[in-house]
Amino acid sequence: MDPRRGGRAVSDPKVRQVGFFAPGPDRTQSGPPESSSSPPVSDISPSGNSLSPVMIPPPRHASDTHILLSGGARLVPGFPPVASSPLRHVSSDAAGHATVGSYNPSEIFASESGSEFFDDLSEVVASPGGMGRVRKSGSGKFATSLPSGGFDLMQGKGRNDGVASSLTAVPGANLPVGVAEKMHASAEVQNEPRGAAKAKPLKEKISKAERRAIQEAQRAAKATTKESLYVFELSLLVAEASKAPAAASGAGASGSAKQAKAAKTSSQIKDNASVVASEKKGGDRQSEKDRKKDVPHPRMQFDDKTRVEKAKKRAVVKQTEARNRVELFRHLPQYEHGTQLPDLESKFFQLEPMHPAVYKVGLRYLTGDICGGNARCIAMLQAFQEAIKDYMTPPEKVLGRDLTAKIGSYVSFLIECRPLSISMGNAIRFLKNRIAKLPLTLSESEAKASLQSDINRFISEKILIADKVIVKHAVTKIRDGDVLLTYGSSSAVELILLHAHEMGKKFRVVIVDSRPKLEGQLLLRRLIARGLNCTYTHINAVSYIMHEVTRVFLGAASILSNGTVYSRVGTASVAMVAHAFHVPVLVCCEAYKFHERVQLDSICFNELGDPNAISKVPGRREINSLGDWTSSGNLQLLNLMYDTTPSDYISMIITDYGMIPPTSVPVIVREYRREHLWT
Amino acid sequence: MPDVQSLVNDFVNKLKKRKIEGSQATARQTAELLRSVISQQRIPYTNQAGALIDAVKAVGEQLIAANPVELAVGNIVRRVLHIIREEDLSLTTAAIGGMNISAASDDDENDDADDRPALSAAAVAAAARSTLRPPSLQTLLEDVPDATAVHHTSSSGADSEGKSKSADKSSRSRKLKHDVIEAVNELIQDIATCHEQIAEQAVEHIHQNEVILTLGRSRTVMEFLCAAKEKKRSFRVFVAEGAPRYQGHVLAKELVARGLQTTVITDSAVFAMISRVNMVIVGAHAIMANGGVIAPVGLNMVALAAQRHAVPFVVVAGSHKLCPLYPHNPEVLLNELKSPSDLLDFGEFSDCMDFGSGNGEPLLHVVNPAFDYVPPKLVSLFITDTGGHNPSYMYRLIADYYSADDLVIQRKPAVGN
Repeated sequence: MDPRRGGRAVSDPKVRQVGFFAPGPDRTQSGPPESSSSPPVSDISPSGNSLSPVMIPPPRHASDTHILLSGGARLVPGFPPVASSPLRHVSSDAAGHATVGSYNPSEIFASESGSEFFDDLSEVVASPGGMGRVRKSGSGKFATSLPSGGFDLMQGKGRNDGVASSLTAVPGANLPVGVAEKMHASAEVQNEPRGAAKAKPLKEKISKAERRAIQEAQRAAKATTKESLYVFELSLLVAEASKAPAAASGAGASGSAKQAKAAKTSSQIKDNASVVASEKKGGDRQSEKDRKKDVPHPRMQFDDKTRVEKAKKRAVVKQTEARNRVELFRHLPQYEHGTQLPDLESKFFQLEPMHPAVYKVGLRYLTGDICGGNARCIAMLQAFQEAIKDYMTPPEKVLGRDLTAKIGSYVSFLIECRPLSISMGNAIRFLKNRIAKLPLTLSESEAKASLQSDINRFISEKILIADKVIVKHAVTKIRDGDVLLTYGSSSAVELILLHAHEMGKKFRVVIVDSRPKLEGQLLLRRLIARGLNCTYTHINAVSYIMHEVTRVFLGAASILSNGTVYSRVGTASVAMVAHAFHVPVLVCCEAYKFHERVQLDSICFNELGDPNAISKVPGRREINSLGDWTSSGNLQLLNLMYDTTPSDYISMIITDYGMIPPTSVPVIVREYRREHLWT
Repeated sequence: MPDVQSLVNDFVNKLKKRKIEGSQATARQTAELLRSVISQQRIPYTNQAGALIDAVKAVGEQLIAANPVELAVGNIVRRVLHIIREEDLSLTTAAIGGMNISAASDDDENDDADDRPALSAAAVAAAARSTLRPPSLQTLLEDVPDATAVHHTSSSGADSEGKSKSADKSSRSRKLKHDVIEAVNELIQDIATCHEQIAEQAVEHIHQNEVILTLGRSRTVMEFLCAAKEKKRSFRVFVAEGAPRYQGHVLAKELVARGLQTTVITDSAVFAMISRVNMVIVGAHAIMANGGVIAPVGLNMVALAAQRHAVPFVVVAGSHKLCPLYPHNPEVLLNELKSPSDLLDFGEFSDCMDFGSGNGEPLLHVVNPAFDYVPPKLVSLFITDTGGHNPSYMYRLIADYYSADDLVIQRKPAVGN
């Protein structure tokens, strides 16, 4: 299940027995077992061959694997259920969210067998020595597909990718030519590589980069027909694999030679493929561009003087640097609080390019009226919607470009008001993508209408319905007599608690709160108004109260792809204490907040709040020793807004795709991004 | 002795009303009170030590009952009892030694038991009673001024022990009381100066450019850090404010006044910052015999975070905080719940609290504990006025200070002696 187990390896060859693989998919995928056994194949294919996160190969691959695995007859029975995922509808069909397959929650945590399943897979992988035998028995497909037992959720997919990757290792001289020529003669092509694959040693593992490449390939190949697709995918795969430097890493001594050959062939393949399938090539290019774009561009570092100066010149909002900055956080922006507001207000009518709706939202960010990842994101999107409604393409300009620039300027204004949350960043990325993808044939009004409906769709699908799905999942984790602890105020957790209460579950809520925001008091008030039994305490007392707690529900500002939960400062402490007391920690987070960034500490990226909020304690006038804190250069106040919770404190992440372990976050990130970029 | 009783009642009231802040002040005042109890106590001719012990126990019981979580009270009561036993023992052995060895010199009692080849059965029994505590250097040092003082002030002056032992019982009893009071004075002195003694060790533990995190305010920590600063170390301190008392603000102000680079962070940011911290130095409320720490609330969280990041977690505490008890369920039993008004404004949530009046059970509970229990495995080091110690060594250090007979101070089982 997690990469560590991969190392356990090999001692028992019996692990490879097939019997185990058959139930595996049922377990790893969707909740209701019967749905996995009777997967509507038609449901799987229509929205393309894209793979849902909790995913398993689509049928075409299944057939491929059938062919390729024919040697390993034992394995075959296991595959049809694997291949046919019932989960396809997750991505596009909003209504489907409710029934979305996912892990069967109880299975993840309760069932050893689920993890054993992964163990088994990884053990297969980890046996380089037995590779030959493995391959013969057909499960070599697994071996090639699994990156040392890495991301469990990819396995379903990796399985059939493995087929492809096994083919990439074929340095058959005729292949490049064959690709182009036999585009529509898939049977032959498939036979050929298969033969070759048997003859030549397989590449033993695919690296991450390769896997990603495979993914891209599949994505690009979405619209292709069954026959051409396979070959095309192959060509893409080779092309990309050779590009990725990491690709060289996986293979052994013999592997490097292979790699070289593969690289040689790849360029040819690519050329050929590009000639034949120009349409698909467009897709390919797009995917690479996307990929580049998706690599998070370096954030502004505020300890870089020259760039800060430049940025200041552009800035709409006049900010004055806060005094007594903490040395460790020079790279983050920190401004005097409250000084910008009057200035901005006076500018209200002068700010020509700024749409009033955006302006209003910006001001509300600044004052702290709107806070919370979802609320901020929705407010921003609605403001953009307004702005788009009122947008007129200037003469001699293209809507697509001009609007993107416009949105860009809005965004930078919002950033000046308050650094973007990751959820907002993702939403902006979505919007820009939609603008870029607008068909040129659309008239301006149509384009605007389409964008507005896109925004609406994003809000309802990715946020509102996602929350409903999360609630639906999470409520199953609340039992009578539970004592649920939550920290701060998370909208998702609040919905969960209220819903569970409405369902008549008998439970108690512990709200842990901390300075300076004391958001928990607002939550406490709302919950008490609805009649929930609440206990309120501060974060220092969390180890005192943890004895009686049975579950911890936390919200998150974002979940990063190394499984780290980026959330309100203090979340990490709460999760840590819960972990120490062996209380399960459930993080509730919509999938649109996931981000591919990785982070280890809470310092490299964070947000600094108003330091004055620390010196004053509301309602406690007698605490005033820091009243004049700015007078001494030796004293700094640090008001961190977020922290990162290491993934090992997290028992489970509840998201709109279901309940997943933190190790599966990168899968969701990848799948999710693909989905909202391509639909 | 009505005046003593009124003193005791006064102190008990103060303890009950939690008027005394901090364990150091409590310890000092307890010791002073016990000193006056001892000085007022009328001493019978026989079993003087027993009488003193009973008196101290009776008062101690009241004091402990007044505020059972303030472990410093119990510690001091036990320390005083131990002192009485010690003095009694040393007098007895000296007397017997004086009788047995006629050629005993004046400074006979300064020698330790090993120097006497022939001890009487009584002395052996007395020694056996305190086997838990073999003669330590400290008690030897404590003895020195007593002995000399005795010789200077004693009415019999320079006359020999042999004579006084055999004849003058009353002088001996006076001597016991006197010795005890002297020793208690020593104890009070110790308590008063424990900060300096701890702070002296600061430079050994803090290096240049170190980043130190602490939570809340402890005078010991403050003195410790300032001592290092005075020795020209430059380092920076993160102070977690320590809700709900926010004493961290006070500490920050004091540190800044001494010229230390100080950063105040919220308690919630401890986990975020601990990865950049080299050492956590905190004060304690009490140190239990197993090496666990009863500490201001929030420290368990800090200790866990420190452990996660392999940051040393150092507890500085005077020896009056050493408690000879082994904690059971200390999070609950050795804790104290404070007023909810620290967390919530009464006015603000009064309407919510009204919900409770309807069905009898309030919907809102506010939990505001004062202490946290930090298990010994999370503590890297204790720095007391006698030096640095491992958590696993605490039980032994405690045996130096307390007699095993005094661990339970309660009238019911108090049949011994």
